[in-house]
Amino acid sequence: MSPSPLLRIFGLSKNFGGVQAINDLSMELVEGELLGLIGPNGSGKTTAVNLITGFVKPTEGEITFRDRDITGWAPYKIVRLGIARTFQMVKPFYQLPAYKNMIIPLYSPRVKQMTGGKYGDRDAKALDLLEEVGFERDAFVAYKAASALPQGYLKRLELAKAIALNPDLMILDELFSGLSLAEVASIVPIIEKLRQEGKTIIMIEHRLKELFRIADRIVVLNFGEKIAEGTSDEVMESDAVKKAYLGAEA
Amino acid sequence: MKRRRERIDRGIKARSGDLFALCSWREMLYLSTPRLLPIIGLLVLSFALSVYWQRVLLSVSVFALLAISWDILAQTGMISLGQALFFGTGAYLAGIMNHYWGWPPVVTIPLATFFGGLLCTGFLVPVLRLRGIYFSMVTLIIPLMLVRIIEATRIFGGTEGISGLAPLPSRWMELYLVIAALLATLFGFRRLMSSDFGLVLKGINDNDRSVMNAGINIYWFKTQSLFIASSVGAFAGAFMTHIYLFVGMPVFALDYSILPIAAAVVGGIGTFAGSVLGAFILVPLSEILRGLGGLRIVFYGVFLVLFTVAIPEGIFHYIQRKYHQVERWVEVEK
Amino acid sequence: MLANTLVYGFVNSVILVLVALGFNLTFGISGVANFAYGAVYILGALLCWTFFNSVGLPYVLAIMLAVIITAIAGALMYRFVLLRIRGMVLSEVIATFGIGLALLELFKYLGFIGFEYSLPVFIDTSIDIGQVVIDMQRIFIVIIGIVMAGFLWFFTHHTRTGLRFRGIAQDERTALSLGINTDRVAMLSVSFGAAYAAIAAIVILPLGTINVEQGYSVLINALAVCIVGGLGSTGGVVLASFLIGYGQTFTVTYLESHWVMLVPLIAILAILVVKPSGLYGEQKELEERI
Repeated sequence: MSPSPLLRIFGLSKNFGGVQAINDLSMELVEGELLGLIGPNGSGKTTAVNLITGFVKPTEGEITFRDRDITGWAPYKIVRLGIARTFQMVKPFYQLPAYKNMIIPLYSPRVKQMTGGKYGDRDAKALDLLEEVGFERDAFVAYKAASALPQGYLKRLELAKAIALNPDLMILDELFSGLSLAEVASIVPIIEKLRQEGKTIIMIEHRLKELFRIADRIVVLNFGEKIAEGTSDEVMESDAVKKAYLGAEA
Repeated sequence: MKRRRERIDRGIKARSGDLFALCSWREMLYLSTPRLLPIIGLLVLSFALSVYWQRVLLSVSVFALLAISWDILAQTGMISLGQALFFGTGAYLAGIMNHYWGWPPVVTIPLATFFGGLLCTGFLVPVLRLRGIYFSMVTLIIPLMLVRIIEATRIFGGTEGISGLAPLPSRWMELYLVIAALLATLFGFRRLMSSDFGLVLKGINDNDRSVMNAGINIYWFKTQSLFIASSVGAFAGAFMTHIYLFVGMPVFALDYSILPIAAAVVGGIGTFAGSVLGAFILVPLSEILRGLGGLRIVFYGVFLVLFTVAIPEGIFHYIQRKYHQVERWVEVEK
Repeated sequence: MLANTLVYGFVNSVILVLVALGFNLTFGISGVANFAYGAVYILGALLCWTFFNSVGLPYVLAIMLAVIITAIAGALMYRFVLLRIRGMVLSEVIATFGIGLALLELFKYLGFIGFEYSLPVFIDTSIDIGQVVIDMQRIFIVIIGIVMAGFLWFFTHHTRTGLRFRGIAQDERTALSLGINTDRVAMLSVSFGAAYAAIAAIVILPLGTINVEQGYSVLINALAVCIVGGLGSTGGVVLASFLIGYGQTFTVTYLESHWVMLVPLIAILAILVVKPSGLYGEQKELEERI
């Protein structure tokens, strides 16, 4: 008997004033899996994430998390169930120093739930988490205003904010975009570590090479529809995918 | 003997601007002087001033409270153009309790503060979902509407208002009550905004989506911020009712909306101290300009524009920066 | 009675359309919420009054000059104030609010209050529609309202400048990269909004006197219409104006005139519950709002 899926999406559709962003999308996610979600620009990947996390309400369809219908829930309620995401456009709390940025997720009711109401010192916890994603401990960088951080650190901060919530399912929206090869290489181990801790992860990526190396399964979207699904190798070979990425002639 | 110049905050700041490492009384003084200044200043002023200027000090404090209340809303990402709503609601509540039920100011002021806060929060909760200017628009409209309702229904004395209310026991009591309230709010709110709760409020201002994404119900936090701000405003109104011994439609007037914003903007947003400083500049100034009558509001308007364009950070931030840059002579060790 | 209410409600609604168009135009294009709008409205009327009564120009010339100067004032306001604080919502709101306040209170101080400050009607006759007697000025209001809304639609859809307007309304950065001078377009939008306000004032105010206090109520009406209709959408403005306009007229007729001020607020609250993006608002707008 197969275990019941962690996340189940069924017949999901969304249109924005006539534009069909997502069309009849169905997929399932098993606990502990790392799913790569890929597709050309504008294929509806981010919309799919917004739908799952409640930032956008679906026109049709159903989303269940641990057999619980979460369709149309407010984002903050969904987060409390254990789905955390990062944003493609990282916008930190610019006024605050980097480590103070972490206080806000640590203030979350979700964290309160997990720790039984004992927060401890949030500042210390914040620094621990930042170290985990590659902020050097005892360096100035964690104390810098978030508005002064370089892109690489902003992405790490964004990831740390999601980790702080101790989610069961993490959705990473183009975490690698805008990063150098070396930076990507330093973040990959963090993600692998998260997997060892048993987290389920959905990654949206354009950096296919890195993604294919770590993903268990890939789902390909185009024009809001799922055009292929399978292991990295299967997807690479699929004609539909080649067509979507390389154009009709290929 | 060789000397060189050194910044007075040298060796005190640790890592970031808001962490300090103090190891002597002199360094302690560096931090405590600017904080003691308003306390001592207000106490000295309360003695030194003539009766007339004591009254001005009263209204400075009241407007400073309203400006602080505006500031905390602004820091939560809500730009209010209707502080008069808070002021007026508190004023009317105190007036009603005193006039119709005969309760003394000792009872009416605290009750009006609490229920005024509750009532204003109730008024604005339906539009709390609105962001940015959309929220501002509604806050501008509501107090003007309330005036019309009072005019139309002729409740609470209608256009005449309620007069002959009970005064506070003594002039000194008036003065020290409002000074105490101002200092408590100033330091309390500064503390509050640097606490973790305050960080969440600031986060909402920066990026509300990201706060939502932390599983935090931003509307609940906005409601709390709204309640805190409107209670402060309601206190100011209730207090003024027992100073003027009158409450009427003017309490919803535009003055009570615009002067606090002007004070906060001139002084500098985001520190509360700036709001107080702004009130200390603008209110006495408007006393001096009293002879100009209606032109006073024109001046506020011009001030608002000049400061937002020329010194958007406000006076307080400027002074603060300069203070941290002050240098002193030290001997060079051989 | 009912016929009367229907006709005058229609006129009232068109007045709201006229009042809100300029505000909506500016906001829809450059994202600047011009809280000085009420003051600009009064400025237009007073300029016209001055040219006609004090300077003694012919009425038509006075109107044209007033509209042009108001438009220039709008452009100057953008150039010298708004340009420096572009993109900072807080500063924009406070600065425009400050300008509006200073202007209106200055007019009040200068003593522009009283019956002598009124603009003449265009043609002083009235006609009958069915059993309803209506004066010519109100007919003019309706005609000009329709013409201005139509012109705005034509302008934004079929002229080069208008298309640029829409370009920056949709995405300022993209517009910038396509070689559209967004600052100039934004300046034009504020200036156009001011001109619309002046025209509205000159057409509407002959019905009564030029009352400085109206500056505030005009702003509030414009805000209410735009919130209900969805900021930036002309269709929304028209629909919302008719909702609120008829609501007000029915309130006056069947309830009491004091309650008129409540109609816009109730409309705002109702729309927030039913459709938070405004009547014609799209997803983008919903995201801006909540």
